[in-house]
Amino acid sequence: MSLASDDRSAEGRGGLNRPPLQATASQTAGPYWHLIDFPEWADLLRSNGPNAAIAGERITLLGTVTDGDGAPCPDAMVEIWQADPEGRYDGDFHGFGRCATDQAGRFRFLTLKPGAVRAEGNAFQAPHVVVSLFARGLLKQLVTRLYFAGEPLNEQDPVLSAVPPDRRGTLIARPEGDGAWRLDMRLQGEGEMVFLEI
Amino acid sequence: MSYRLPAPETQPPYDAPDYGSTHKRHPKQPLIRIAQTLSETSAPRMRPSLYETTHNLAKGPGWEAQGERITVAGRVLDEDGRPVPGAMVEVWQANAAGRYNHERDQHDAPLDPNFKGEGRIFTDAEGWYRYTTIRPGAYPWRNHHNAWRPVHIHYSLFGAGFAQRLITQMYFPGDPLLPLDPIFNCVPDPAARQRLVAAFDLEVTEPEYALGYRFDIVLRGRDATPMENPA
Ligand SMILES: [Fe+3]
Repeated sequence: MSLASDDRSAEGRGGLNRPPLQATASQTAGPYWHLIDFPEWADLLRSNGPNAAIAGERITLLGTVTDGDGAPCPDAMVEIWQADPEGRYDGDFHGFGRCATDQAGRFRFLTLKPGAVRAEGNAFQAPHVVVSLFARGLLKQLVTRLYFAGEPLNEQDPVLSAVPPDRRGTLIARPEGDGAWRLDMRLQGEGEMVFLEI
Repeated sequence: MSYRLPAPETQPPYDAPDYGSTHKRHPKQPLIRIAQTLSETSAPRMRPSLYETTHNLAKGPGWEAQGERITVAGRVLDEDGRPVPGAMVEVWQANAAGRYNHERDQHDAPLDPNFKGEGRIFTDAEGWYRYTTIRPGAYPWRNHHNAWRPVHIHYSLFGAGFAQRLITQMYFPGDPLLPLDPIFNCVPDPAARQRLVAAFDLEVTEPEYALGYRFDIVLRGRDATPMENPA
C-alpha cells in the first residue's frame, strides 16, 4: 500500500493524491460463469428487449476467441458496449450485450451499427464497439475495441492512432456480407490482438 | 472526467505462473494505454426493469436449498468513498456441497435440485446491497495436486462507467484454504487480498434465520481535479 512507489503520479492518475479507498481486486470469472449467462443478451435487437423499436443498420458481430496455441477458448464471456447509430451513449438505445463463446470459441452478437462518437473538441472517434473479455485464466478482463473496415474516420481515430500500424488490423472487423462483420480475437501469440489499458 | 488507474499492486497480473490457465491466455504484448473517451466513461444503464432482481437464492415459492443460510450485505463505493447507487451486482456460486449447477462441473458432489446459485441485486441510493443465500462449499480443481478452491461467491459489478466494470470473488473469514489458493494469492498486496475476505457481522445476522456477512466493494474512482498541485 506504499503510496510513494506509485510511478504514475507524474501523469496525474493518483500517486501523490491516492484516494482514501482502493479499488477492489479483480478475480477470474472462472469456468462456471455461465450461471449468469442469458443467451438472449447477445441479441441487442431481441423483440422483447429495450431496442426493439430503435431504427438503424442491423449488423452481426462475430468471431472466435483463441489462445496462445490457436486453440478455441470455449468458456469465455464476451461483453460489448457501444453507442447508438447516432454515436450517442445517452439515448434510448441500450448498447450492452454479453455472449458466451461456444465449443469452437465462437461468439455472435446482433446489434445496430454504432455511429461516430464525439471525441475531444470537435473531433469524432470512428464508429467502434468496446469489447471486454472475461474467462478462466484471465484474472482481470481484457479490454479492446472493434472497428469497422473501410470507415474514413478510422484514419484519424485517436485509439487506432495509438496502435502501431502493423497491429491495427487486429482491431478492425471485416465485412462478410449480409451485415456480418468478423473479428477474430487471439489472446496470445501470432496475430495477438491489441488490448488496451483504460 | 476519467477513471483513475488502480494502484498496480492491488490488482492481479495477467500472467500468473501458479495459476495454470493464465499460461496460454495472457497477452504477451504490453497493453496499449489510451486516454479514456466517452466510450469508457459512460456505461449501460442497468435497471431492474431490464434485468430482473433475485434477492434470495436460498428459498422461493415451493423450494428451499440445502445448506447453511447466510445473508450478505455491503456497500458499493468508489475510491473517494462515494456510494455507487443503482449498480447492478450479479452473484453466482457453488452449492453447499461445492458443486455448481453447471453442465461442465464434474465434481462428484451432490447437486441440489433446489439451488440454482445465481442472483442479481441493485444497490440503493446509499450504495447498499443485500441478499440471502447458502454458504457454498469448497471444491477441488485440477490446477495442481490436491488443489481446492476456498469457499467463495463470484461477483460481477457494473458501475457508472464501463471502465469501472469489475468481476471479483468474495471469500470467507478463517478459511484454511486461503493461504494455499493461487487465484486469491495472485493479488500482490496482502491488504488488497484481505479486502476480498468478508467479515462476520452480527448486525447483518438475522435472528433464528441466517448468519450475516459484510462485504464492501470499491470501484475505480474519478481522477482528482487537474491542477490540484500546480508545479
Ligand atoms: Fe468458483
